[in-house]
Amino acid sequence: MQCGHHRLDKKQTGDADQMWHELTSDQQLLRDTTARYLADRVPLDRQRKQADHPAGFEPDYWTSGAELGWIMPLVSEDMGGGSVSGRDIVDLSLIAYEFGRHSAPGPLVDCNVVASALSDSGDEGHAEALEAIMMGQAIAANCLGWAPWQQPGEATISIARQGDDLVINGSVRPVESAAQAGYFLVTGTSDGGVTQALVPASTAGITIKALKAIDVSRKFGAVSFDNVRVPASALVGDFGGAGEAVALQVRRAAVVLCAESVGAMESAFEMTVDWAFDRYTFGRALASYQALKHRFADMKSWLEASHAICDAAADSLADGLERAAETVSSAKAYIGENGVELAQDCVQIHGGIGVTYEHDLHFFLRRVTLNRLLYGTPGDHRRWLAAMQIEKELAA
Amino acid sequence: MSTDIEPVEQFRARAREWIKANLGPLQSFDRTQHCKDDEEELVAVARDRALQRKIFDGGFAGICMPKEYGGLGLTPEHNRAFNEELAGHEYPSRFAVPTFNPCASTILEFCTAEQKAAHLPAILKGDEVWVQLLSEPGGGSDVAGITTSAVRDGDHWVLNGSKVWTSRAWWADWGLILARTNWDVPKHQGMTVFLVPLRQEGVEIQRIVRLNGESEACQEYFTDVRIPDSDRVGEVDAGWNIGTRWMFHERMGHNSPYVTYPSGLGMSASREDSPVAIARKSGKIDDPAARELIGEHRELGLVTRALQNRIADAATKANKDMSAIDRLFRGVASVRRSTISFELAGSGASVWDEEEEAATDAVGMNFLMRQISCIGGGTTEISRNVVAERILGMPREASGDKGVPFREVPKGPKRA
Repeated sequence: MQCGHHRLDKKQTGDADQMWHELTSDQQLLRDTTARYLADRVPLDRQRKQADHPAGFEPDYWTSGAELGWIMPLVSEDMGGGSVSGRDIVDLSLIAYEFGRHSAPGPLVDCNVVASALSDSGDEGHAEALEAIMMGQAIAANCLGWAPWQQPGEATISIARQGDDLVINGSVRPVESAAQAGYFLVTGTSDGGVTQALVPASTAGITIKALKAIDVSRKFGAVSFDNVRVPASALVGDFGGAGEAVALQVRRAAVVLCAESVGAMESAFEMTVDWAFDRYTFGRALASYQALKHRFADMKSWLEASHAICDAAADSLADGLERAAETVSSAKAYIGENGVELAQDCVQIHGGIGVTYEHDLHFFLRRVTLNRLLYGTPGDHRRWLAAMQIEKELAA
Repeated sequence: MSTDIEPVEQFRARAREWIKANLGPLQSFDRTQHCKDDEEELVAVARDRALQRKIFDGGFAGICMPKEYGGLGLTPEHNRAFNEELAGHEYPSRFAVPTFNPCASTILEFCTAEQKAAHLPAILKGDEVWVQLLSEPGGGSDVAGITTSAVRDGDHWVLNGSKVWTSRAWWADWGLILARTNWDVPKHQGMTVFLVPLRQEGVEIQRIVRLNGESEACQEYFTDVRIPDSDRVGEVDAGWNIGTRWMFHERMGHNSPYVTYPSGLGMSASREDSPVAIARKSGKIDDPAARELIGEHRELGLVTRALQNRIADAATKANKDMSAIDRLFRGVASVRRSTISFELAGSGASVWDEEEEAATDAVGMNFLMRQISCIGGGTTEISRNVVAERILGMPREASGDKGVPFREVPKGPKRA
C-alpha cells in the first residue's frame, strides 16, 4: 500500500467476502459465472448513464442471465428446474449475493418467487408460463395484495368467484418491473381466506402506472385491477387456501433480498475500508484515527452478523426447519435496519464525495434502502416475530 | 499414557450409576449462583465442599487430572461423558470456575511437582477453594500494567498492593497472583506469579457492593505479606508467559476439560422474565410498538447465536481474532435487549410494590447493570481496537509503554 501503513493481506482477514457456507465446486461455478456476467454486462458506469432507461436493463441481459440458471433453483426438477447443490434457496442466495455486490438490475426476487409458487402448485396448466419465466423470455411480477403480517381487512386486492371465473379488484404497489411483466401473480383475499392467481399482463382491466423509485436501475409500477376476469384455471393453489403458500413465498423473497443486501453491504464496506487507507487528513490516513477505527469495527460486526443470520435463514428454509419462520424474519428485520445504517455510515466516512452521483457508493445505499422496504419492513417482521413468540409461550 | 485406559462408554455407564445413587437434583443456586444473603451463600459453600469430597471419594474427581495428583488421568471425552450424565443433578458449582479453571489448570501447567502435590489433591477433595488475583484497581483492560509488587527478601518475597473484581474471595482459601518483581524492564518482562493463602495477616478482603445490591466480588489489600520463594511459580520475571496461558484458560471458562458441570446448563441463566411475560404484566402486550420491541428482542437473540456459530467456524479455520467480533456484538446486543425489556416493563421496572405479583424489579436492576455486558471479560472498546487493527489491518494505537522500563511509564495524571 502506498499509504505507508502496513495492512494485513486480505486473505488473512477471515472470511471477509465469503459466505459462511462451504461451497461445492458447482456452487462456486454458479457464483463466479454470475459475478463475471454481471461485471461484464451491468458495470456501474453503464448503469449510471442508463438511469432513464424505462426497464433498467436490456431484454437480452435478462434472457442470457436466465440461461446461467438464475431462475431455476426453486423450481422442482419435474417442472424443469433444479439447483446445482440440491439446496434450493441456498444456491439462489449465492446468485442474489452477487446481484447485491454488483447492484445488478433485474427482477430476480419476483421471477424466482413466482416460479416457485407455480412449481409448488404442481399445476400443469401453468407449465408454459413457468418455462417462459425460467428461460427469461417472460418476466413475472408479484402483486402481493395481502401480506402474512396483515389482517384480512388490510388487503388491497380482492379475488372473488363468479361462476367459472375469478374476478379481481383492487390495486397494489410497488410492483417491480410491472411494465415489463408478461405475468402477474396476484394475491388477494377472498371469502374464507387468501387466494393466488396467475394473470397474463394483457388481460383486460389491468392498468399499470409507472412509479419513481430511489433505485437507479430497478423500476416499479402501481398495478390496478378493475373487474379483471380470468378463468378458474388461473388459480395457483386452492381458492381461499393460499395463506401458508404466501407466507413461504414471502420468506423466500426475504432470504433473496437479505442475500442481495449483504452483498451490497460488503461492497460498500470494502470501498470504505479502502478509502480509509487511501485518504489522508492532517497528515494521517483516516484508518489511523481511533474514532473511525471503532466505527469500522462496529460496521464489521454488523456485516458479519448480517452474513451469519442470512446464511442461517437460507439454511433453515432449505432444510425445512421449524425455526425457519423466526430465523428468516430475524434476518429481514436485522439486515433491513443495519444494512441501511452501515451504508449511511460509509457515506459519512466518505464525506461529501459519498453523496455525489459520480461515486459508486450510492448504488449500494439505494439497494439496501429499497430492500429494507420490500417484502416487509423491520417493523413488519418484528411484529410477525412477536406473534410467533406469543403463540409459542401460550403453547408452553 | 497408559494403554489400559477405560473406554468412554464403560466410564459413562459407571458414572451414570454413581450419579443416580449419590447426587440429588440441581438446586436453584447451582444454576444462578445467586443466594439471597451471606448466610445462604455460606450454606451453599459448605454444601459444595462436601459435594466435591463426595465426588472425590466416589472416584470421579479430577477426571482429566493426572493420577499422581489425585485425578483419574482420563481424557476430555471422559469428562464430557461425565458432564452429560451430570445434567439435571446438583454439583459443586463454586468449584467449577475459577478453582478448577483457570486456577487448577494453570497450577497443573506451570507448578513444580511439589507445588502440585501440595494443592491439586486438596482442591479435588474440596479442601481448597482458589481465586485468581489478576485485575487491579489501577487498570482493567491493561492487565500487564499491574503495580502490585513483590520484593525479594532472602528466601521470601514481600507483597504489597491491591487486586480487585475477585469473585467470592471472602470465603476462598488460596489465590494465584500476578505481581511486579522488576520495575526496570518493559512491562511484560518484569512480572512473576505466586501462590498466596488468603487467610493470613496482611491480607484484608473487602466486599464490593454492586449497584444492584450483589456483593460477591471483592477487593483484596496486601500489606507486607511474606511469601516463601517455594510458592513462586515459574522463573522470576517470566510471569507474563504464564499470564497469557492463564488468561487463555480463563477464556475457556466452563468449557475447560478440567471443569465438571452439568451439560446444557446455561451459566448466565437470568432471573428476568421473557419479553412476552414482561409485556403482559405491564399491559402492553397488544400495543404494536411493544410488539416490535418483542420481535427485536427475539431477532437479536437469534442473530447473536448465528454470529457465534459463524465465528466459531471462522476462528478455527482462519483468524483467532475473529472472536473479538463476537464479543463486541454480544455486548452491544445484550445492552439493547436489556433496554427493550426495561421499556416493555413500563413504570414497574423503576418503582414497584413488592407485595404485588406483577413486580418487575429484576428488569430494572438488570437495566441498571446492563453495561456489564460491554465491560466484563474485556471491554467492547478493546474489542473494537482488535477488530480494526488485527482484522481490518488498521494502524495500531500509540502507546506510552512500548520498550520503556515500567518505572518510567506514565501511570497517573500530570496536570499543571
